[in-house]
Amino acid sequence: MNSPFMEVVLVIVTVVLAFSAAVAISRIVKGPSILDRVIAIDVLLAIVCAGLIADMAVRKHQANLTLVIIISLVGFIGSVTVARFVIDRRTHEH
Amino acid sequence: MNTDLVLEIVAGLCLVLGALMSLAAAIGLLRFPDLLSRMHAATKPQVFGLLLLLIGLALQLRSWAAVPVLIIAWLFQLLTVPVSAHMVGRAGYRTKHLHRETLSVDDLDAVVQKAAAEEAERRKADAAEEAALAADPELAAELAAEGDAGKKPAGKPKGVLRTKEPKETAAKASAKRRRES
Repeated sequence: MNSPFMEVVLVIVTVVLAFSAAVAISRIVKGPSILDRVIAIDVLLAIVCAGLIADMAVRKHQANLTLVIIISLVGFIGSVTVARFVIDRRTHEH
Repeated sequence: MNTDLVLEIVAGLCLVLGALMSLAAAIGLLRFPDLLSRMHAATKPQVFGLLLLLIGLALQLRSWAAVPVLIIAWLFQLLTVPVSAHMVGRAGYRTKHLHRETLSVDDLDAVVQKAAAEEAERRKADAAEEAALAADPELAAELAAEGDAGKKPAGKPKGVLRTKEPKETAAKASAKRRRES
């Protein structure tokens, strides 16, 4: 239904987003501290939003537009909460 | 016909660029050495990538009704992502996550030292006050009476009422304090 050009764009976007998601997940796994993981999870959520938007664009529908907004809000609330309650558990010298 | 084609090509280009922005964010996240630099990598491309993707979506949908919702979606991200990165950065700074060597200048250092100095001063003032109280018991008794009368003693109630050590003589109390400090 949609033109071959859009299909090619969809394939490219999918491959790029999949690779960046893998890289973000590797940072989540490797991240030394919880704060790195929080930032990586934010990036992962942004990648999920990007995938949703790409899908909406190529297939010309608006079904999950509000889902994109909700995902960005949940990501924000999550990372702010974690940042609020993170404490330094390493032993202190003084 | 060709305007449709042009719009579609531009939209496709925006989508690919937006995806590449997410890729840049992810790779920056992986390769940057330090929490604070990773924050840059995470937030900037994320907001710009989302803008490109939303522009691509708007061009594809080609209906003015959807534009406000897209603007709201982008504004949410534009407002919330920097705030969350700032919170994470502050938490990182407070819990010593940053490596001093990667910092060229630490603006917060002066503020932190000043706050620490003030805190130390206040604690010294407390200790001096307690020592004075331990030195002459009547002042402590009078203050204790004042405390019982319900009137809040001047200054810091925490350190002032030393009723715990009436038995110790003043000399022993100050000796103990000298040994502690």
